[in-house]
Amino acid sequence: MPDTTFLDSTELVLNMGPQHPSTHGVLRVILKLDGEKILGTDCVIGYLHRGVEKIAEARTYAQFNPYVDRLDYVAAVSNGLGYCLAVEKLLNVEASPRAQAVRVILTELNRIASHVLWLGTHALDIGAITPVFYCFREREEILKIFEQYCGARLTTHAFRIGGLQYEIYDGFEQEVKAFCDMFLPKVDEYEELLTNNRIWMSRLKNVGILNAEDCKRYGVTGPVLRAAGVHWDLRKAQPYSGYEKYDFEIPTRDNGDTYDRYSVRMQEMRQAVRIIRQAVEGIPEGPIMAKVPKVIKPPVGEAYVSIEAPKGELGYYIVSDGSTQPYRVRVRPPSFVNLQALDRMVRGALIADVVAVIGTLDIVLGEVDR
Amino acid sequence: MRRLLKKIFLVDLAQGLWVTFRNQNPKYIYTEQYPAERPKVAERYRGAPRLNLNPETGETLCMACNMCALACPESLIVVSSQRNEKTKKKELVTFTFDTSRCMFCGLCEDSCPTDALELSQDFELASYTREGQIWDRKMLEEGPKPTRYKC
Repeated sequence: MPDTTFLDSTELVLNMGPQHPSTHGVLRVILKLDGEKILGTDCVIGYLHRGVEKIAEARTYAQFNPYVDRLDYVAAVSNGLGYCLAVEKLLNVEASPRAQAVRVILTELNRIASHVLWLGTHALDIGAITPVFYCFREREEILKIFEQYCGARLTTHAFRIGGLQYEIYDGFEQEVKAFCDMFLPKVDEYEELLTNNRIWMSRLKNVGILNAEDCKRYGVTGPVLRAAGVHWDLRKAQPYSGYEKYDFEIPTRDNGDTYDRYSVRMQEMRQAVRIIRQAVEGIPEGPIMAKVPKVIKPPVGEAYVSIEAPKGELGYYIVSDGSTQPYRVRVRPPSFVNLQALDRMVRGALIADVVAVIGTLDIVLGEVDR
Repeated sequence: MRRLLKKIFLVDLAQGLWVTFRNQNPKYIYTEQYPAERPKVAERYRGAPRLNLNPETGETLCMACNMCALACPESLIVVSSQRNEKTKKKELVTFTFDTSRCMFCGLCEDSCPTDALELSQDFELASYTREGQIWDRKMLEEGPKPTRYKC
């Protein structure tokens, strides 16, 4: 007889997911528990693996464009922008000012759509059921603009390499402006529901703290990093697509807990509206497509472009061997990197906090597994 | 002191409840009665594929150039053509489009030089069989015929 058997052990292993409503997709977290306390976690990913990076090697550059929409499917426009910018860098072309302005408007609208969806589902995980209905209502308005503009609501395929496929439709500016006017009071409404709510505060404050140093060590980006007090946003740090022309702030907080990440994202929505308002005021005239050959054949070389997606730094690394198909495409998804910090954030916390922390990381499994 | 009073009288919760109460106003309530009442999709909506006919002659606009089949990322379009002995022109024979694999990216539509292939505003693509998802030329020219319900 061994001295200790598993019956003596206080450790309990529990599977959370892959079919769990608050893991936001098919994420499986193996929790090692001592009662309610978490001793360690293990993330099992790959349930949504489709091999997108490998698919890219058998597609032409233009053909691969719709696939990137399916990485982070709640922010498809941002994904498309990153990919198009990377191929444009390989080709050494730049989109026209008009195309850049429309790109900025649509990506910022998509940032709002992504944050609004995050807010709704995060609040739903915590137990506040009302915000999800209001959030989806506002998201619907954005999706309507997307549908009018490019014909699809979610997997938009809005941008093409070198610019845009579609000219903006009649009434685009008015609709976007009307959305901005309508949306800001709604953010106040969400804040009224949640910010001072005692249940919300006690569930979020001092939960899942990740300080600035740990953020940098894990390579965490996006709102999670900014909530820890690091003033880092790629739109300011290395502007792309004409972001240097717009005046906006990068909201930061100091504690790096779940509540700070919530308030950073709420402020980001307001800043996104500010950018959209500036961009929609002066959409320059001109062509929407740069001079790009019909068959895209970039010269031999490699390019890495990263953009500030709603969830963090989204990077595309493309190697070209001079043919019509990429030799290798590597995507640096923000969700995948941010998810690695989960163990650090929940160790020693309670099971209920895991739900809050997964919600606040804002992961999308399409992007984690690729 | 004020904070304590706020806490005792549940001000934060009442504030939230007031928001939900405001949103209960019947003028904000909206339900779409789907089969009876069809949504109006956008003009640029990318839905069911359609092979357009020349409105005057009733002949197909497709000239069997195969550009759509080459543009398609999923290679789901198969075009077969035959050379007309008299006019020496290529003529379309069959055109199959596998909607079960289509992701409605619109690349085929963009590549079509004659605007023959188009992603239309029809959105009801359901079928009882997998084979029913593979559309032939006749289906593509006529378009899907979903049941219309009266309200």
